[in-house]
Amino acid sequence: MQMTRDLRIVSVQEWREAAEGTVSVRGLSAWYGRHRALTDVSLEVRPRSVTALIGPSGCGKSTLLRCLNRMHEVVLGATVSGQVLLEDEDVYGSGVDPVSVRRRVGMVFQQPNPFPTMSIYDNVAAGLRLAGTRNRGVLDGKVEQALRQAALWDEVKDKLRKPGTALSGGQQQRLCIARALAVDPEVLLMDEPASALDPVATARIEELMVELKRDYTVVVVTHNMQQAARVSDYTAFLLSEDGGGGALVEYGETRQVFEEPRDERTRDYVTGRL
Amino acid sequence: MISTYRRRKLANMLMLSLLGAAALVAVVPLIAVAAYVVLEGAGAINLDFFTQLPSPAGEAGGGMGNAVVGTLELVAIASALATPTGVMAGIYLAQQGRGTRLGPLVRLLSDVLNGVPTIVVGLFVYGLLVLTTGSFSALAGGVALGVIMLPVIARTTEEAVLQVPSSVREAALALGLPEWRATLRVVLPTARSGILTGVILGVARISGETAPLLFTAFGNSFWSLDPTKPIASLPVQIYNFATGPYESWHRQAWGAALVLMTMVLALNLAARWLSRSR
Repeated sequence: MQMTRDLRIVSVQEWREAAEGTVSVRGLSAWYGRHRALTDVSLEVRPRSVTALIGPSGCGKSTLLRCLNRMHEVVLGATVSGQVLLEDEDVYGSGVDPVSVRRRVGMVFQQPNPFPTMSIYDNVAAGLRLAGTRNRGVLDGKVEQALRQAALWDEVKDKLRKPGTALSGGQQQRLCIARALAVDPEVLLMDEPASALDPVATARIEELMVELKRDYTVVVVTHNMQQAARVSDYTAFLLSEDGGGGALVEYGETRQVFEEPRDERTRDYVTGRL
Repeated sequence: MISTYRRRKLANMLMLSLLGAAALVAVVPLIAVAAYVVLEGAGAINLDFFTQLPSPAGEAGGGMGNAVVGTLELVAIASALATPTGVMAGIYLAQQGRGTRLGPLVRLLSDVLNGVPTIVVGLFVYGLLVLTTGSFSALAGGVALGVIMLPVIARTTEEAVLQVPSSVREAALALGLPEWRATLRVVLPTARSGILTGVILGVARISGETAPLLFTAFGNSFWSLDPTKPIASLPVQIYNFATGPYESWHRQAWGAALVLMTMVLALNLAARWLSRSR
């Protein structure tokens, strides 16, 4: 499959576009102090698809996600070894600024976390202003575009000056998605983005993920296996055995992982026996 | 059986009334002091009190306008010095100082500084600024008050910054904000009311301080705004007038006490209101 696609590429420009949003994880291990949370994980995330990370609590799936945009190291005493290639650049390479990595790889958290002192508009514009956009017209346009992409525009267009925290939980989460999208990242990481939401809000977030993969590479951590089956194209199953830090057990197309798992432990987990 | 029950009930009532009495004793002094100051001081409060200089020894009339202005200037100098330093120290303690050796050390020393008798702080500034410049000054007084205020602001800022959910800070970092910018644009505004509360409590703490001003700001019987010259202040004026021999001075001292008390009370109420409206 890789071969046939490569053959269709005719220009450097096209090759670049095809590679944009590719994430390659190579031999990644992560620690919190002395506690090993992740052991030697390698996987290739396909661009413009939804990849789900599943596994029981403590298997390291959130840690893996946070390693992809260097948010892991924000925690005191957290360390990493191995490589994460964003296209061809190792985000852990020497001289790579975590700040520049995070501008290319956006993130949405489990609990909706809009900036409490900012309005809806300012929340979405925060990243753009940081990047130096001051022009009011440009900001207005980008804010609207991001809110539309997050399927929130119609609900908030008349109250952009209201505080972001005044919205409902589901709306707040879509606001956080809009905030992440406004800076036009290549990859969007979502850490159990719907687990704090009610079923209706959850359904909207799931629809959104499917929409977003047209333009972005989406990696989502989820506890909810139905959700993984519904929204993702690829699924990675992680497991932590003997407390040795989570390792990748199986990775493949979602349908294959759920219907014809190659590993017995995957079968046990997806059928609810683990 | 019955007697055991009765004994317990009696003991319970006895303890309850003891606790109630202790609680009363705890608030009686405040009420007594406040009532006494109002009774004695209210008569001295008029427009002249805020606009006139103290009258010459023994003469009636006059006011404490220069001391009111002096106290404001001293508090302003102290706040201008201690607020930026204290807020930045508090941020360091709450964020960057975690997991370092310096952080806990600074926290410990700041608690120690908070416990240093204020007259010792005054003595230190006397040696540092008054002896070296050869003159008492408003600046020296402001520095002394600032040193006293510093640990209050640093520790309340630390608490306020720690109150900001880590998810908010993480959201800012994940958006690609550098740490200093995440702190300035997101963490600090979120912690703002807590920090303001700390500054107000610091101001309340220093505005009644007398000892550290005695040999720094010294006192002044005339109008002065010059930071390099001695300056009058309410607490020192109270001290001088209350220990003086004249009845008119005593009345003025009570008036100044009332003004000072009202000021501190208002500041405390403002701090309470701010910390509740968070």
